[in-house]
Amino acid sequence: MAAAVEKVELEHLPATHTVLLALYRDVANAGFLQEQLLSRNVDFEYAFVDASAVASRFQLLSAVHKAIAAEMAGISEAYRRYGVQPATKDVAVVKVLISREGAPSSLSPEDVEKHLQAHVQGESVACSDEELAKVTDWPKLRKYHKLNGLPWIDAIKDEAARKSELEMLIVSAMAMRGT
Amino acid sequence: MATPEPAAAIQPPPPPADSTSTHEFPLPPILQHPSAAGPAELITQGAEGRLYRTSWLTPTRLCALKHRPSKPYRHPTLDARLTRHRILSEARILQKCRREGVAVPALYGIDESQGVLSMEWVPGRPVRVEVNEFLRRRAEKYPHGEGGRGREEVTRDEEGATPLVGLMRRVGEAVGKLHKAGIVHGDLTTSNMMVRPWEKDKGPVNGHHGDGEDDNAERSLEGEIVVIDFGLASQGSADEDRAVDLYVLERAFGSTHPRAEALFTVVLEAYRNTFKTAPVVLKKLEDVRMRGRKRSMLG
Repeated sequence: MAAAVEKVELEHLPATHTVLLALYRDVANAGFLQEQLLSRNVDFEYAFVDASAVASRFQLLSAVHKAIAAEMAGISEAYRRYGVQPATKDVAVVKVLISREGAPSSLSPEDVEKHLQAHVQGESVACSDEELAKVTDWPKLRKYHKLNGLPWIDAIKDEAARKSELEMLIVSAMAMRGT
Repeated sequence: MATPEPAAAIQPPPPPADSTSTHEFPLPPILQHPSAAGPAELITQGAEGRLYRTSWLTPTRLCALKHRPSKPYRHPTLDARLTRHRILSEARILQKCRREGVAVPALYGIDESQGVLSMEWVPGRPVRVEVNEFLRRRAEKYPHGEGGRGREEVTRDEEGATPLVGLMRRVGEAVGKLHKAGIVHGDLTTSNMMVRPWEKDKGPVNGHHGDGEDDNAERSLEGEIVVIDFGLASQGSADEDRAVDLYVLERAFGSTHPRAEALFTVVLEAYRNTFKTAPVVLKKLEDVRMRGRKRSMLG
């Protein structure tokens, strides 16, 4: 089986930060995962994202980048509940490993993978645009980011072009949030 | 961005011998971290900020990163507030334009504390370059020995002017769309508009024209107008402000492309049909021109 956890080197991030991504389909224990976050279980310092609210890998990585930037500025906690609900079917997982003062993170990507495989009851798939596109709930995304009532978008006939416009609007909206 | 700009354009500085450490200006913190795509490239250096071309999130996604460095002569608190205000204002305007379907760079990220705004990198060349290249090709085609046409002003009806007239029309439509969305740019020039090669589903219905020998060169005038640099832009729908926007563009156009000055009427004609009060704006433009003249007479 291919590795369930992918290591991503984001551009312009300190070398101390390593981003890990995973995607699980048909997760049976989303409620359990949410509980671990709500109870601040230190063994579950993950961002569990409801994958139906993710348009693309670019959007997901934009959110990760913003969270890390905020964490470095000390204005927000790095890990907090990010959308997983008991009814969530597909879960994107983000974990940021940080080495501090020269010491590597106490966890390795392999540790994280082992832990996730043991506790997330779902089918591990690549966290790719192709896989994410299968689970994206566009009506929900458009509602959430107030992207309805834009007739010029619906007028774009090419589906890929339309989704690309929407993706950019979502990323822009996320960049503005909290400012 | 595969095609480098010709000599007339502003050239980015040669790459420094020792990548980031020898940069002429202090880089914002975000650009001091590692990047697989290599060091950021300084594209322009203005009074208010610097524009870098760099990667965003992944090595293959290009972005335009604008840095407004802090000004040592300003009080630190005031400086931070001003920078924050300007970054946020520009970001809001970009976002508003995108929502309204006006072609502008997408917003990727903002860091007000660093004075950094990251945007989509727009491929293509500035309208300024395309117009000048067109004029250069024309002058080569009709050297001044042969009736001197290459050095005369372009007229809209002359042979071969169609692509340029089309470009002018799209410029007028782009400005109209921007104004319709409630945005006044504040610094409209042919350098602040890109000609982006048509994307899927956005091209003209009738596609390209002709297949003469110059077709490839003339095709570079094809493309969507993308307005950039909203550093001096504001939200508003006062016809007076819109008229000033057009006036600034008209003056810039006349001085940048004197031989194509006569084609500016095409810009205004296209603008006229873009929104309801556009004719009122054009009427006001006449007043602004008069006022401009008066001002120059008073010296």
